[in-house]
Amino acid sequence: MKGSGVLTALAVNFLILSLMAFGGANAVIPEMQRQAVEVQHWMTGTQFAALFAIAQAAPGPNVMVVTLVGWQVAGVLGAIVATAAMMGPSWAVTFAVFRVWDKFKYQPWCMTIQNGLAPVTVGFVASSAFLLARDADHDAITFVLTAATAAVAYWTRINPLWAFAVAAALGVAGVV
Amino acid sequence: MTAEVQPSESAAAQDPGLWDLFLHFMLISAVAFGGVLPWARRKLVDDRRWLAEREFLDTLALCQFLPGPNIVNLSIAVGARFRGLPGSIAAFLGILGLPCIVVIVLGALYSRYGNLPEVGGGLLAVSAAASGMILAMAGKIATPLLRRRPVEAAPVIVAVFVTVALLRFPLPWVLLTAAPVSIGISWWRRT
Repeated sequence: MKGSGVLTALAVNFLILSLMAFGGANAVIPEMQRQAVEVQHWMTGTQFAALFAIAQAAPGPNVMVVTLVGWQVAGVLGAIVATAAMMGPSWAVTFAVFRVWDKFKYQPWCMTIQNGLAPVTVGFVASSAFLLARDADHDAITFVLTAATAAVAYWTRINPLWAFAVAAALGVAGVV
Repeated sequence: MTAEVQPSESAAAQDPGLWDLFLHFMLISAVAFGGVLPWARRKLVDDRRWLAEREFLDTLALCQFLPGPNIVNLSIAVGARFRGLPGSIAAFLGILGLPCIVVIVLGALYSRYGNLPEVGGGLLAVSAAASGMILAMAGKIATPLLRRRPVEAAPVIVAVFVTVALLRFPLPWVLLTAAPVSIGISWWRRT
């Protein structure tokens, strides 16, 4: 089961996601979850939410959820394949663009594309929040945790890690 | 981003080598809990002085416009600027190497102890909080956009949310439809 077929599926999935990840990995969470849970049946929605939570609570960029999904599906090799597939294309695009950057830095069409992509990114990120909350919010307390964290992160400059710490403490204590 | 804009125009005392790029991006990733960018700014602009404030913001703006995580794109761009292709690889491995190892260790602990009710409850609660953080992030990107271009942005945001979150259409289709339409609207209504 953990043969080259699974690794190929991981690679193809994350290569495609890589080029759609405008605004970072959070934008492609809906598609990652749809593929991992509904299409490929690699894990349950709750497992996906747990992996996402681990990636968020760990240091480093939030793209780490990709590494974890690969690891869950096919061990260390899966983690490497998934991470390389997710990062390879955007590495190549970024490197190529910065080689020619100075030529078109302040072109008006650049602003036009940016203005056009921004609302699409907002739609993607809002969808990620909705879908993750749907798998995590089983009762009133988890729903309040989601709402409270959103409010703190939006209106204050308090480090969101505090919200994670409070949530973890409530969860471990069995309140959730 | 922080509002403190300091005149650190005297930048880069010395161009970083490959090892410097690898090491300092790894140090950024190691301390960067809950948002990497403020740490990256402090390190690159204030501490190492590889970039002036203005260069940092310009580079970041382009990174946000390219696919991939901003901070990873930023490491690639900074590495490429000082040391070309090898530099971009050194910085890239620096920013991703340590977090990869950390999450795999955490993942292994999860598969071993994930069935304990305390661990399951803790992770469920953290994922509830994490989804709230993503919601706030969507709000933070949306607020200036809706203030500046409400007529153009709002219909696109709603259409994308409905098709992705509620109807669960595959993301590539939505992106390939919504992006050209939205860029078209943006061009048609350009100021």
